[in-house]
Amino acid sequence: MAKTEVSTKFNPRLGKKELDLLTRLCNAVSVSGDEQEVRAIVLEELRDFADFTKVDAMGNVLVRREGTGKDRVRVMIAAHMDEVGFMIVKDEGDGVFEFRVIGGVDPRQLVGKPVIIGRDHVPGVIGAKAIHLTTPEERKQVLKVDQLRIDVGPGGDSKVKVGDRATFATKLAVLGPSIRSKALDDRLGVFNLIQLVKQAPENVDLLAAFTVQEELGLRGAKTAAYGFDPEIGIAMDSTPANDLPHYDGLPNTSHNTRLGDGPAIYIMDRGTIGDQRLIKWLTESAEAEKIPWQFRQPGMGGTDAGEIHKTRAGVPSVSVSVPQRYLHSAAGLIRIEDELNTLKLIHTALKRLDRSILNRQEKSNGKEK
Amino acid sequence: MAKKNNSLWTILQTLVETPGPSGSEHVIREKIKAEIQGHADEIYTDALGNLIARKGVLKEGGKRIMISAHIDEIGLMVTHVDDNGFARFMPIGGINPMTCLGGRVLFMNGTQGVIGMERLEKDEHPTLMKYFIDTGATSKEDSKIGVGDVCGFERPFLDLGKRLVAKSMDDRVAATIAMEALKEVKPGANELYFVFSVQEEVGLRGAITAAYGVDPELGLAVDVTRTGDTPLGVKMEVALGNGPAIKVRDSSFIADPRVVNWMVAEAKAQKLPYQMEVLEAGGTDGAAMQRTRAGVPAGCLSIPCRYIHSPSEMVDRDDVENSVKLLVGLLGKPVSLG
Repeated sequence: MAKTEVSTKFNPRLGKKELDLLTRLCNAVSVSGDEQEVRAIVLEELRDFADFTKVDAMGNVLVRREGTGKDRVRVMIAAHMDEVGFMIVKDEGDGVFEFRVIGGVDPRQLVGKPVIIGRDHVPGVIGAKAIHLTTPEERKQVLKVDQLRIDVGPGGDSKVKVGDRATFATKLAVLGPSIRSKALDDRLGVFNLIQLVKQAPENVDLLAAFTVQEELGLRGAKTAAYGFDPEIGIAMDSTPANDLPHYDGLPNTSHNTRLGDGPAIYIMDRGTIGDQRLIKWLTESAEAEKIPWQFRQPGMGGTDAGEIHKTRAGVPSVSVSVPQRYLHSAAGLIRIEDELNTLKLIHTALKRLDRSILNRQEKSNGKEK
Repeated sequence: MAKKNNSLWTILQTLVETPGPSGSEHVIREKIKAEIQGHADEIYTDALGNLIARKGVLKEGGKRIMISAHIDEIGLMVTHVDDNGFARFMPIGGINPMTCLGGRVLFMNGTQGVIGMERLEKDEHPTLMKYFIDTGATSKEDSKIGVGDVCGFERPFLDLGKRLVAKSMDDRVAATIAMEALKEVKPGANELYFVFSVQEEVGLRGAITAAYGVDPELGLAVDVTRTGDTPLGVKMEVALGNGPAIKVRDSSFIADPRVVNWMVAEAKAQKLPYQMEVLEAGGTDGAAMQRTRAGVPAGCLSIPCRYIHSPSEMVDRDDVENSVKLLVGLLGKPVSLG
């Protein structure tokens, strides 16, 4: 094998330095609309790697990393900095606060969970009446969010104010081949995008968008894509893996994705029909480099690609996600190999990218007189 | 180069019998492009796959007008193939589960299949989760389709004399009308952009980007609309055969009243039958054009159509012909919105 071929291999690993970065990203409180904590980490990490950095009006971090090759394609890659969580809406005194949910969180998940609030990570708990005092009828009901309170105790409340964001308090943990965290959606994407900027292939202009407010409706991606005006859009996100056997033994025809089967390439979700040329480019790149991959089952859900592809006169777009069990809960679970293979796939695909992949497989194309 | 024109009805039959669900418009786009070749000053395909044909150059007193007819149709996408070769699917666009059972489908790769259903409990209304596609495969291994494969419904074009029936009159009848208008119209001072848009059925996505690219001064969608003329049907004034419908509003946008008046005046001038349309549920590319950039006056020419989003959508022959006349008249002279 030629020497150059070996030296250009991109073999991402999760060493101590990388794990430390991912841990800081995942443990941050960065709920939609207040992404400051993650934004600060991104800006710090990429200070020496960007040709251009801007925090736009919405709060997106836009980083341009220019290549050196000829006729470089302008590729926007988006990863969202926000996560689902809570917002404090009322101070009821004595360290007790009313709150609301930001983004899609199952209310059945809330009771009894430790949380952290605001930029100071004030610890608290989502409390409910102890089981001793409940009636059988009460135990059949799911408590509504407005019936629940976050309790930080007297004394803790001086640093908590109405409008503060809160998240589950779960700290990132490595469980053998897996990682467990509250915010893998989408800090894995943020982590991967940081790595890509640091080691961007020279044949493309990488337009890295660390977006805000994805969980509330792709709001940051909309302005980020308008600002970047890219030729191709890629959203890097995380998607549910519902891959455990059914409790009743019925066949599982809706696993969405499976842990360990590699990066999940999207064909269609609620917001986007993936560009067929880009899907082919990704799958061929994976096959060429022997990177495992899977199609995410077409279905609901959405990514930043939903806004990117509709920007200006249109941007061919596609999404790739790391499969995750228990998404949008206090503790999601991913396989480290899926995460590294996702990073590897995007890097490989970018390196193979040239403008000709956008040619349509039709008899005639382009402008004609 | 002069070439023999296929008749309107031949083109319509070709288009409705070509599969092209949202996101898979490559075949239908090629057919339309071949048919309009030589009739436009410029033809191109944009980033999302909209086919755009320009006719005329903007001159003093004219307007840049975008006409949008979508070329996608509703369809199905495979989500899972089981060990016995049965394929589960999800809808592309608004699929009514009641129209599925016994339906036949044609995949973009040529594979055909039928739609079957699980056993139902008494009085149970099936959801799409209950259905599957049977392509005649005996196992997952010999199935010719996999996750992500796309199909449309398969039904032959039916000529019932005054009435015509097909699976994707929505919106191939409008595409046909737009193609005919493109061929006939003399743009004068107007610069006409005929957009054959993609991904309308999943949220007007093609028209959103096409409108941004074309940057029109006036937008006119051409699409089908529902009717209220069937037994115990929805309450709606529009009826088959009463002429092209001029949209006043639907659930996606309110047509610019000046555009509505412009259309009514033209119909009256030509002594064409027409009807006013208020559609309570449904949207068109007009909404996308209206909200592009700093805003565009927009409206919609609608073709009355029964049984929309079923495999047997019905239109009236005279409505189609009158729609062509109305569109050609509208686009062929200076527009004053007053």
